[in-house]
Formats: sequence, structure tokens, C-alpha cells
Amino acid sequence: MIRVVLPAHLKTLAGVNREIELDLTGVPTQKAVIDALEARFPALRGTIRDPVTQRRRKFIRFFACEEDLSHESPDAPLPDAVVAGTEPYFIVGAMAGG
Amino acid sequence: MSGVRVLVGTRKGAFILTSDGKRKEWTVSRPLWGGWEIYHLKGSPVDPNRLYASQSTGWFGQLVQRSDDGGATWNPVSNEFAYDGVPGTHQWYDGTPHPWEFARVWHLEPSLSDPDTVLAGVEDAALFRSTDGGTSWHELSGLRGHGSGPFWQPGAGGMCLHTIIVSPTDPNRIVVAISSAGAFRSDDGGVTWKPINKGLHSEGIPDGDAEVGHCVHHVTMHPSRPDVLFMQKHWDVMRSDNAGDSWVEVSGNLPTDFGFTMDVHAHEPDTVYVVPITSDSEHYPPEGKLRVYRSRTGGNEWEPLTKGLPQANCYVDVLRDAMAVDSLDDCGVYFGTTGGQVYASNNAGDSWEPIVRDLPAVLSVEVQTLA
Repeated sequence: MIRVVLPAHLKTLAGVNREIELDLTGVPTQKAVIDALEARFPALRGTIRDPVTQRRRKFIRFFACEEDLSHESPDAPLPDAVVAGTEPYFIVGAMAGG
Repeated sequence: MSGVRVLVGTRKGAFILTSDGKRKEWTVSRPLWGGWEIYHLKGSPVDPNRLYASQSTGWFGQLVQRSDDGGATWNPVSNEFAYDGVPGTHQWYDGTPHPWEFARVWHLEPSLSDPDTVLAGVEDAALFRSTDGGTSWHELSGLRGHGSGPFWQPGAGGMCLHTIIVSPTDPNRIVVAISSAGAFRSDDGGVTWKPINKGLHSEGIPDGDAEVGHCVHHVTMHPSRPDVLFMQKHWDVMRSDNAGDSWVEVSGNLPTDFGFTMDVHAHEPDTVYVVPITSDSEHYPPEGKLRVYRSRTGGNEWEPLTKGLPQANCYVDVLRDAMAVDSLDDCGVYFGTTGGQVYASNNAGDSWEPIVRDLPAVLSVEVQTLA
């Protein structure tokens, strides 16, 4: 079970107000997390990654276990603590804009 | 009893302003999608409960929202705007080829006959159509592919397709305008296109009379006379009497012929409204006086409309999609400013009152006249 924390605007879009718990099938990767999120919450499609290019949006970051995973391959395995559910996977709207 | 619903897009959310047919007492909604840029909202002419909205931010990209109950509830529809085929390139600011890249939806134009059909004008400039209520979008790629597309170049506001006009008498005739490429027309439902910029003259481009490259800010039309188009260009107010085949300048006695927005009276096809703006760079009204100018002669002769508008220390802008008219009698005219005011006139512009004064910067204003 993967615990996912969304930024406020995406929580509103998804209609949730707390952590999301996802059960993934197959190898747990960042791509698998986003795929599962978009499948469960269609309103989030295209908000985390471009719906056509699949590239991460430039002001979206992925954090876990006090590490920035934003530049990791989408297909890289998630940290063990995230897979075990002891640490959440953070999807973060970057502080930007002055 | 008749009424109006004013749909306001702002830098930080959308607002719905409602009134009865007298248009004196107004209700202002809470912000919709607070914190998001709402470039445009517009209702279907054939089903006033069907609304579309363009919602975006630099963080989370583009969403398109749809309401089937007049704005009470909304649901996101598809935000997948994929350019047709290999997107190719347009010119970048330095003259180099730059791949077409979707940024946002600037304008949504619901069909005049089918609530599920809607056109979307996007940045980088292209036209998309949905025939299933926004569930899917398909590019009308003949516009970018007609020949001049690789030479289009973005202006300061981005290379956006901001104006879409469908002829009420011929649904195959579509006019669009792109900043800063110019105006284009299709006579076959969007399959093929041609530039319609003959008569435009722009000093900021190497060939002032070029076929494309003109910074058109807005185009408008009265539905009873679809061949007559009015254009607010970066400089110059223009008129065409042949659906854009040629244009003549009708700036006349305007204090400045720069501006962004314009519209036509609902019942008088020769009554046109503009808001002159000082420029190139100031982008606020001349002399700090917010004045709508009205021509009752289809251009050239303009009168300032000032009653109820600030006539000192006013330095706001009125953007290209931020003026609209209702179809009541007298015609109501509405516009929003970058200072967050939305002004309304219930007497065709003779006098104005603010509906609301302190919204975020207004990007667009549309009006629905409700039975």
C-alpha cells in the first residue's frame, strides 16, 4: 500500500482532504503511482504530468524519504519505505512565483 | 422573468454574477477554482445550462470544466490537446524554428446549434473541436498547415488563438484571430484556411502589409450581418464588409487606436464599442480616464461614454475577451478590468455602474441572457 500526499489544489480537484492510499499491481514505480492516481481520480489527469508528452510538469516535484525523486526515471523502483507504506510519497507544487 | 448571468474569468478564479432583467441588483458568486487562472467561460447559445470553462495554472496545466446545470456544479472533461500528426515548428523569438507546444486554452466557443460541440482556441496557436461535450478534442490542423504556420511568431502574450467567430448563417464559415499572426478564415467547416489580412498595416513588422504577422487583438461581428467584421488591432480599429477579404481603418476620432477589446450592440449592427488604451507599453487608459467609445456609424465617428466610469487616476487595462453584451432591450454592455472591476451598463453604454469592484484581474467576460 502506497501513501500519497497531494498538494492542496489537487486534493480539491480529486475531492479528498487527506492522504490517499493506493494498492499498486506490478513493480511499484513513480509512473505506476501516477497511473493509479489518474485511474482513480480522472480529474487529476494531466495535472501532474502533461497528458500528451507524459513529462512531469515543471513546477511539480516528487519527494519521499527526505529525497527529491523528481529527476529519477519514472520507471525506477520506489524506495522500500514508500512501498512498505511507512513513508508517504509526496507530490508537491513547487514554491515559485516570487 | 428574464435575467442575465455574467461569467467572469480572472487570474485567480471564476465568478458568476447574476441579476434580473432590470440589471440593477446583482449577486456575486464565491470564487470558482480559486487560485487558478480562468482564461474564459462561455455558455451554449442553445442550452444556457451548458457552460464550458478553461482552467489553468503554471503548476498543474490545463483543465476544461463543463457544467450542465448553469454553473451550479462542474466536472472536468478532457484536457488532452494533441496536435495533429507531427506538430512541426513555428518561429521562435530569435527566428529559429520552435516546436509547437500546447500551453493553454484561451477561448472556448460553443456551437450555435449543438451544446456538445465546442471550439477551443489554444496557445501555441491552433484550433481544436470537440463534438462530445469536451470528452475528446481534435485539432482542425488545416489552420496551422495552410502554409504560413511555420512563419508565425509569438508576441509578448504568447502565440495564442484568442478569437473564434462562427457565422450564424453558414456554419462552415469560421473566422479566427491569432496573436501575432493575424486573422484567418475557413469556408469549409475548418478543413482549409486562408489568411484574411488584406488592408491591415502594421509598423512593427518588416513588410507592413504582409499577408501574416499582424498583431490582431480581437475581432467581433453582429449575428445579423456576418460579413461585416470589426477588428481591434494592436494599433488601428478596422472594418471589413466582405468577411475579412479586405479591411479599412475606422479609427476616426478615437484618442488612441490601440486597445484590446471590442463588441457590437445586440440590436444595432452599426453600434460598436471599444476601450482605447495608451500603448505600446503603458496599457492603461489615456489621461487616467476610463472611457468606452461608442460608434453608431460602424466606425470612424466615436463618442466617449464616461458616466459612472472613473475619470481620474484610473490605470487599469481591459483585455481582449473582457467585454460582452446581453440581448435585452435596452442592450446591456459589460466589461471587466485588470483592476478587478466589472462594469455594467443597462442602457447601451449611456451610463455605467460597477457590479463588483475588487475581483482579481479580469481576463474575460461573457454574458448569458436568460429567458
